[in-house]
Amino acid sequence: MSTDAFYTELRRIYSEDRLLTKNAQLVPYESDGLTSFRAKPSGVVLPQTQDEVIRTVKLCHKYEVPFTARGSGTSLSGGSVPVENGLVIALNRLNRILSYEPGQRIAVVEPGVINLKVSQRAAPDGLYYAPDPSSGPVCTIGGNVAFNSGGAHCLKYGMTSNHVLGMKVVLPDGELCTFGGSSLESTGPDLTGMFIGSEGLFGIALEITLRMLPKPERYYTLQAAYDSLEKAGNAVALVVASGMLPGAMEIMDRLSMDAANAQLGDCYPKDAKAVLIVELEGTNEEVEAEKPKLHAVIEESGAHLIDAAKNDAERSRIWTGRKSAFSAVGRLSPDFIVQDGVVPRTKLGEALAEIDRLADKFGMRVANVFHAGDGNLHPLVMFDGREEGALHKAEELAGEIIRLCIRLGGSITGEHGVGLEKRAYFGEMYGEADTDFMQRLRAAVDPLAIANRGKKLPSAEAPALTSRGAHPLEQRGIVSRM
Amino acid sequence: MLTPESIEEVQEAVLSQERIRIAGGGTKSALSRDASLSTAKLSGILEYEPSEYTFTALAGTPLAVIRDELAKNGQFLTFDPPFVEAGATIGGTVAAGLSGPGRFRFGGVRDFFLGVKMVTGDGQAIFGGGKVVKNAAGFDIPKLNVGGLGQWGVIVELTFKVFPAPGEFATILVETSGASDARELTTKLAMAPVELFCLDSNSQSVQVRVGGLAEAIDARCRRVQSLVGDRAVSILRGDDDNRHWSDAREFRWVPEGHSLVKLPISPGEMSNVAETLSAPEATVPHRYSVGGNVVWIAWPDSLGQTEFDRVFASRGQNRLALTGDWEQPSQIDPRGAVFADRLQTVFDPGRKFAG
Repeated sequence: MSTDAFYTELRRIYSEDRLLTKNAQLVPYESDGLTSFRAKPSGVVLPQTQDEVIRTVKLCHKYEVPFTARGSGTSLSGGSVPVENGLVIALNRLNRILSYEPGQRIAVVEPGVINLKVSQRAAPDGLYYAPDPSSGPVCTIGGNVAFNSGGAHCLKYGMTSNHVLGMKVVLPDGELCTFGGSSLESTGPDLTGMFIGSEGLFGIALEITLRMLPKPERYYTLQAAYDSLEKAGNAVALVVASGMLPGAMEIMDRLSMDAANAQLGDCYPKDAKAVLIVELEGTNEEVEAEKPKLHAVIEESGAHLIDAAKNDAERSRIWTGRKSAFSAVGRLSPDFIVQDGVVPRTKLGEALAEIDRLADKFGMRVANVFHAGDGNLHPLVMFDGREEGALHKAEELAGEIIRLCIRLGGSITGEHGVGLEKRAYFGEMYGEADTDFMQRLRAAVDPLAIANRGKKLPSAEAPALTSRGAHPLEQRGIVSRM
Repeated sequence: MLTPESIEEVQEAVLSQERIRIAGGGTKSALSRDASLSTAKLSGILEYEPSEYTFTALAGTPLAVIRDELAKNGQFLTFDPPFVEAGATIGGTVAAGLSGPGRFRFGGVRDFFLGVKMVTGDGQAIFGGGKVVKNAAGFDIPKLNVGGLGQWGVIVELTFKVFPAPGEFATILVETSGASDARELTTKLAMAPVELFCLDSNSQSVQVRVGGLAEAIDARCRRVQSLVGDRAVSILRGDDDNRHWSDAREFRWVPEGHSLVKLPISPGEMSNVAETLSAPEATVPHRYSVGGNVVWIAWPDSLGQTEFDRVFASRGQNRLALTGDWEQPSQIDPRGAVFADRLQTVFDPGRKFAG
């Protein structure tokens, strides 16, 4: 069947301003937060209602046109890069909070709602939406659902899937399904959980019921400086052994501190090899009782400088430094790749030493910023895309780091998803039989393989790698990569 | 009854049978009757690394064994599984999708189940999820198994996330003047930043559990008390606190001659359900749990399944009968069936595990 017929039918749904086919209109949709992948769609539609999305998916199915649902395009794994000549369904206009019921601690939202807006809506009631990816001010809930996004507070509160109670979805052939509901409890298989993190392969979420939590009334955030990465890593082990459960534990290495210093002025000590951020949160009573325990542990761990936030402004300063680290690396290097691997927490030291060794071997710089509490590494591989072969070398080094995570018993992705970027390593993590099983699941749900084709699971098609520099939003300092 | 001792024996068992129904500890009698395969000999903790906050155990491992092993390292099963003393297994708990009152604090069984090794209908052993606390690769096959009642295959090995256990617990029992008062207080407490472990209620009381450092526990109790107005309060500590929640978790309040039924609700439905149960209330004991997100009902066997479904028909509720003699113990929302059916063609093409 012809593309012309497909577009003729699409035009019955969309007016010209909501069906983009001109070259200049398509360019912004060719790529996402992982700028080294790029593909040109044949068109972009901007639906305003759920019904338009459903009709569009049915048309894609009828004409066998691959589609990619897209929110703000902040994916760091190339998850929202279009399929070459496929259709992009841009969901940004489905951005209504359909209902918000503070007494029931739930909100029902459309997929284009911005992550941070949910917490803003709930703030007057002392509630918030817990998952806090660093792109929270721009990324959408639909994208969070597709990639099971995380953030700095996953250790205690989990990822996106731990905060979604129910969903209405459209499957790749236009069938509608409803999973879960508005209760924390359910009966029957957890289809909500199965759909989340499927990276668009199972279809598009149209309505998402989110669980809201009371905002912790008290935070206590401290930053400790160490003369070695190993000591910072050991401090994490000591905190864990103490029986405390901090909301977040983050480590930055020297190179990432240099980057943050270059961007924000000298906010990190020049003589430290690593800083550890630990954040306690909870009731006043509990945090007050935990404070001296935490200080005792951190002193025992050999920190040479402990800087505790005395108020909200100081807490915010600590987190600004941490969250800026990625974009700040742009000050040290024209290009960089953010990796997202997980290792068992007890193997963090081994992983970091090996990453150092690999960086030396490749003759490249790698900065390390990581969610130490859950073993989620974000190595930043720096390179200059103008140098012949540098991007490929950087990708190769990043791949070696991912293989290291698999070898140590971890995962190829903690929170960014597999996307386009890590499909090559999927089979190494799961093995041939399990990978094949997941391919069959995908085929059972979407026999035509039209929903976000080429993502998540290994496949032959892959757009060419090109170096394009940082994402425009990142260049403007609006988002950072994690 | 087949009692495989290894994953290979599970594979053989699956290939040799046309229809398989799985039993663990047999504590949910409505779900395990007519079982043809027992996980009794698939028992034991395979890996436990306290500093990783993870363990891996075989499906037939009793929860009590896991609880005791975790306790040696100051850790616990955050989702507070029911029927621990009665002999429930970790695999059965996942298949039935059950969490206890303590799941209010950090989440349910779905939120802590990280990885699964299982045997599908065509005898294939597959692994889904991961063994580390954070993982976004692959489809979330562990979660799919939660509440699946074994429909996807035989769960053999499970990896879970655990947390450090609070140093001390205490319980605040608040007297309420009926169902609407209990509902109002439940909502107020659920929205307050007081980090409760349990928030249960019936028409006479709201039952609140706090936990944390021993030195802060008195202050935590006072804090909760400050939120309940002039309602009468009593505090349970130590063994009294433990016994209270053990009774809840083990459903010791369910009288002889009654079946236990789980009815997930949203907190806003609390009063509707109370109304529905109020006609025969004297004979229908029930308990709201998890901040009004589930009501556990002790349904008189004399009334039976037909009467239950008639009473609740207008609600269109999902429900799961755990004990008693039910023709259809499980009733689930059919609006997800299209998706589930497609997955089923891969997990269980011959429909060995269905029904």
